[in-house]
Amino acid sequence: MSGQGAVIGGTPQARLAATHIAVAVAAFGVAACMGVLQGLSIADVEFPMRSESLYYLFVTAHGVLMALVFTTFFIMGLGYALTHAQLGRLVGLKTAWLGFWIALVGTVGAVYTILTGQSTVLYTFYPPMQAHPMFYIGATMLVIGSWLWGGVVIASYRSWKREHPTQPVPMATHGTIATIIVWYLATAGVAMEMLFQLIPWSLGWVETIDPIVARTLFWWFGHPLVYFWLMPAYVLWYTVMPRIAGGRLFSDKLARMVFILFVILSTPVGFHHQFSDPGISASWKFAHTITTFAILFPSFVTAFTVIASLEVAGRLKGAKGLFDWIGTLPWKDPFFLAMALAILSFAFGGFGGAINAAYGMNSMVHNTAWIMGHFHVTLGTTSALTFMGATYWLMPRLLGRQLALPALARIQPWLWFIGMGIFSTSFHIAGLRGLPRRVYSGALAGEQGGAWESLTQAGAIGGIVLFVSALCFVAVVLATWLGGKRIEPPAFEFAVALEPVTEKGLWDRFGLWTIVAIVLVILAYAYPLITLLMTPRFGSPPFQPF
Amino acid sequence: MSVDTYERIWMWGAGGLIVAFLAVIGITAVTQAIHPPSHIETVDPTTISEHPEFGDPKMRVEPDGRIVVPVLAQMFGFWPNPIEVPVNTPITFRITSADVVHGFQVVGTNANAMAVPGYVSQFTYTFKKAGNYDIACNEYCGLMHHAMVGIITVTDATGGQR
Repeated sequence: MSGQGAVIGGTPQARLAATHIAVAVAAFGVAACMGVLQGLSIADVEFPMRSESLYYLFVTAHGVLMALVFTTFFIMGLGYALTHAQLGRLVGLKTAWLGFWIALVGTVGAVYTILTGQSTVLYTFYPPMQAHPMFYIGATMLVIGSWLWGGVVIASYRSWKREHPTQPVPMATHGTIATIIVWYLATAGVAMEMLFQLIPWSLGWVETIDPIVARTLFWWFGHPLVYFWLMPAYVLWYTVMPRIAGGRLFSDKLARMVFILFVILSTPVGFHHQFSDPGISASWKFAHTITTFAILFPSFVTAFTVIASLEVAGRLKGAKGLFDWIGTLPWKDPFFLAMALAILSFAFGGFGGAINAAYGMNSMVHNTAWIMGHFHVTLGTTSALTFMGATYWLMPRLLGRQLALPALARIQPWLWFIGMGIFSTSFHIAGLRGLPRRVYSGALAGEQGGAWESLTQAGAIGGIVLFVSALCFVAVVLATWLGGKRIEPPAFEFAVALEPVTEKGLWDRFGLWTIVAIVLVILAYAYPLITLLMTPRFGSPPFQPF
Repeated sequence: MSVDTYERIWMWGAGGLIVAFLAVIGITAVTQAIHPPSHIETVDPTTISEHPEFGDPKMRVEPDGRIVVPVLAQMFGFWPNPIEVPVNTPITFRITSADVVHGFQVVGTNANAMAVPGYVSQFTYTFKKAGNYDIACNEYCGLMHHAMVGIITVTDATGGQR
C-alpha cells in the first residue's frame, strides 16, 4: 500500500501545493540576502548603507521570513502534495485556497510594516517593545491560514479512513497529521498571546502588558514550533529517503511511535527557553527540563531507523562489509544528498540542544551567539536543507518539468553544509566566550570584541558561502519553474517497510494521543500560569526604540 | 511485528543516557543548589525612578552580612556603573528593567539573567578572580542594544585591583 505511487502533476491539487512552495522559496531568497549582510555587520565589515536600524530591521525580517514564512508555506505545500499523492484526495480545495490567501495577505501586511521600519521587534516580538498592529494581525492571519490547511488535511484523512476502516494510516500521512496536531497545540499559546495581549495593546485598547505572561505564552508556542519544522523533515527521511536510496523503511511500527511521541512531548517543554526569566519557579523549570530531555528519545530512535533503512538499501545492492554500503547510496541525487547532510547536521544540533536544555549549564550559553549557532544547524540546516532538497524532488512531480541546472543542484547542498559548518562552529565558540546574540557590531560598545573578533570574521565567511548556496538554490528553482524541460510528471513513490504494519494499532489512534497531549500541556502550564496571574503584577507601557 | 534486537538495544541505551543526563542535573541541583535564576518578585516599572531600591541603585550590606547589588537596566546602560564588589564573596544581584526586556550577562562567567520590567531577577554569584568584567545586554532592546555594556570591578582583599 504505502509503496504505491501516484501521479498528481498538473492537477489543481498539485497547483495548490506548488503555489505554496513558490511563496516559501521567495521568502527564503529575500531572507538569505539579509542574512549575509547581518553576518558582515557583526564582523564589523563596512558596506554601503550599513546602519543600526537596517541591521535590526534585517534581523527581524530574516527571522520572520525564514522561521515563520518559508517554513509554514513550505510545510503547507508539502503536506498537500503528500496527502493528495498518498490518499488520492484533498477534501476542501476551496478552503485550502482560502487558507492560502489569508496567510499570504497576513504575511504581506506584516512584512510591509517590518520593511518600512515600523516593526523592528524581531521574530520573538517580546513586549513591552511594540510593533505596528498590522504586524501582530498579519502574523495571526498566517497562523489562521495554516489552521485551515490542517483542517483540509485532516478532513482528507477522515474521508480516506471511512473507506479504509481497518488499515493503518499510510506513513507519510501519519507524520503529516501528527505535525498538524503539534501545530494546533503550539499555536493555541501564541493565539492567546495575540488575542488577549498583543493585539488589544497595540491598538491602544489596553495601556499595559505583562511581559512574563507574554513570554510564557510565546514559548508555549516557540518550542513545539521547532518540531513543526522538524517533523516534516522526518516524514521525508522515513518515507521518501529509503525509497530514493533503494532500501526499505527499517521499522514501520517505531516510525509511528516516534511521531506520536512528538505529539505528546513537543509542547510541555517551553520553560527551557525561560530558564533565566524571573517570575517562574525553579521547580517548574525543572519539570520542563524532564520533558525536554524525554523528547530526545524519538530523535535517537529516528537516527537508528533512518540509517538502518539506508543500510538495507546498500545490502540490497550487494554491499557486504561493515561500511561499504555507504558508498552505494545515491550521493549524486540532490535530494538524497541534502537529506543526508541534514541528518549529519542534526547530530551536532542534538548535542548542542542537550546542553541548552541542561537546567544549570544553560546559564553559560543563554542568549549568547551559541544559540544562533545552534538554531542554524537545526532549523537552518536540518529542516531548511531537507526542504531545499525536497523542492528539487517536488518540482518535477508537481510541475511536470525536469530539474534544470542539475550540476548546481548537486553542489548546492555541499555549499550549504560547509558554509553552515563554518558559520555555526564560529558562533558556538564565540558564544562560549561571551558574545551576545543579535548585535549590530561584534565590538559591542567599541572595545569589547577581543575574545571573539576572528570568530565573527569566520562566521561572516560562512555566511557568504551560505549566501552563494542560497543563490544556487533559487537559480535552480527559477530555471526549473520557468524553463525546465517539460516531462511526464513522475509518480510520488514512498518507501515500503521491511515488515509493514498491516492493521490499525495503538500508534494510529490520533484522538487518544491528542487527549494525552492536551492533558500534558495542562499539567505543564495550568499551575504556573494561574500562580503567575494571581500574583500582584505591574504592567508595562509600550516602547518603540527603533 | 517485533522490534529488531539491535534497535531494541539502541533504544535502551538512549533511554539510559537520557536518565543519566537528568540524574546529573537533578543531583547537582539538589546537592549543590545549582538552579537557574528563578526569583518571584514584582515591582512597578512606571514608578521605578522613585523606587527606594532601584531609583538610585547602590550596593548595600544586609544586617546578616550579605552583599546585595541592585541593578537597574535601562536603554542603553546598567546602573550603578561601574559596580564594585569584593573577590571571593557571594554577591546577590537583584535586577530589573525600567523599560523593555534586557539581558544581564557577565561576560566570561555564567552569571546570566533576564532584566524584565515589572519583575526582579535575583541570583548569587561569587567572583573568584579580581579584575574588570564586562556586563553585556544579551536581549535585543532597541537600536543601541549592542552598545549596552556595563562594568563590574572585582577588587581583591586589600581593596586594590590586580
